[in-house]
Amino acid sequence: VNQVFESVAKKYDVMNDSMTLGIHRIWKDILMHKMNPSPGTLLLDVAGGTGDIAFRFINYVRSMQERRLQRKLKNHQNLSWQEIFESYQKDKFNSLGDSQVVVCDINREMLKVGKQKAQHLGYSEGLSWVLGNAEELPFDNDKFDVYTIAFGIRNVTRIDLALQEAYRVLKPGGRFLCLEFSHVSNPLLSRLYDLYSFQVIPVLGEVIAGDWRSYQYLVESIRQFPPQEELKAMIEDAGFFKVDYENLNFGIVAIHSGFKL
Amino acid sequence: EEEEEEWHQLYPGHIPTSPLQKALLAAGSAVMALYDPYRHDMVAVLGETTGCLALPNLRDKMKNHPEGYHILQERPRIRLSTLDMARLQGLPGGSLGREYVRFLEDNKVSPDTRMPPKFVDDEELAYVIQRYREVHDLMHTLLGMPTNMLGEVVVKWFEAVQTGLPMCVLGAAFGPVRLSTRKLQVLATELVPWAIRSGLNASCVLNVYYEQRWEQPVESLREELGIFPPP
Repeated sequence: VNQVFESVAKKYDVMNDSMTLGIHRIWKDILMHKMNPSPGTLLLDVAGGTGDIAFRFINYVRSMQERRLQRKLKNHQNLSWQEIFESYQKDKFNSLGDSQVVVCDINREMLKVGKQKAQHLGYSEGLSWVLGNAEELPFDNDKFDVYTIAFGIRNVTRIDLALQEAYRVLKPGGRFLCLEFSHVSNPLLSRLYDLYSFQVIPVLGEVIAGDWRSYQYLVESIRQFPPQEELKAMIEDAGFFKVDYENLNFGIVAIHSGFKL
Repeated sequence: EEEEEEWHQLYPGHIPTSPLQKALLAAGSAVMALYDPYRHDMVAVLGETTGCLALPNLRDKMKNHPEGYHILQERPRIRLSTLDMARLQGLPGGSLGREYVRFLEDNKVSPDTRMPPKFVDDEELAYVIQRYREVHDLMHTLLGMPTNMLGEVVVKWFEAVQTGLPMCVLGAAFGPVRLSTRKLQVLATELVPWAIRSGLNASCVLNVYYEQRWEQPVESLREELGIFPPP
């Protein structure tokens, strides 16, 4: 799997846009809305390589903070300047509201691309990059508020271990969120989806990235991944409660969610 | 079973493809090759996916010719590891071997950069296209054309006429797009007509066992094949 991602890292984003016709951006936006992080949230994004989830998290939290600030300003209209100044001192107003995201990926190349993107797009605060394995995370127990893994868990050899690790590093009350390709039950759609996956995607891989084989692997790994209910059961086995899933685009993609109590 | 075709790898590096995939690859590689001329792999892919008529034709020409037949039997490969560069350099000036080495040095190219075929579904035809690619530098030598854009286009015209490969035809037709008008003029008035005449007049260039002819003077080989002297 590692070799697949080294050759794929640089063209990852271009390929994602081409394969999904840009729709992967919407899926990731929906994930972020579902998460609805409050200020001060500590997020661990696993297999987050090129930073898509991390950047969205930062944007979301920033815009929430801006709204808070606007509301505060409205409320402060009747106060004196002295009182307003003092209230700012107290809050130590942070544009991110103390929210932070740690991006963890097993592949150095993907992290490199992510860091470059962050620099290019101007993301610096509240963001850190860690090399690590989802099956054996380099973090202490009960550390994070939210754990996400977007289009990464299907590349993990022992999914059960990754889920156990996710449980371990989450704080009590923490949330597990997984965005991944899943199974389409509708027979007609399923056939069209298969046709597109097997006929078009490797061709795109060859033409855009010069790499047929990696994208053939990608398509095959999607088919072998456990369907919605099976993944739900696996998440429950790891100890999570209130596990459910939401299908996007008829099951082409699904978001699984669970809580550590 | 979700997949339609089984994994029938006919030669190392072979990727079996359905007709739909070949069509998509042909279209995609054509667009990408025009968009990014540094994607030589796309030109190669285009050649493989569109060569289904021309390649068998070439193979048959080779089969029906004693020297070509020999080549198909022995499957020689032109690679730095198989060429005795020192010996070729020592050959007299004007000989095929000496001029070939001079060409490689002047243009700073190597025969090892040719892509191995992936999408040809017949291992003999895969060899034919491989041979065509490896012989390309010898075409440059025989035609006396450098590896700049102009030289490449001229060689493509020659190859298009000789092989009938759609990829050569497309390359010959679209290659000139990036040339200046002055060069285009030279191309249109002198070089291309000469390349076409030579291509039509010459016997099949794939039927020459070049590896056995390093000592032969280039001019003599040109005459034997029927390539007119370059302008």
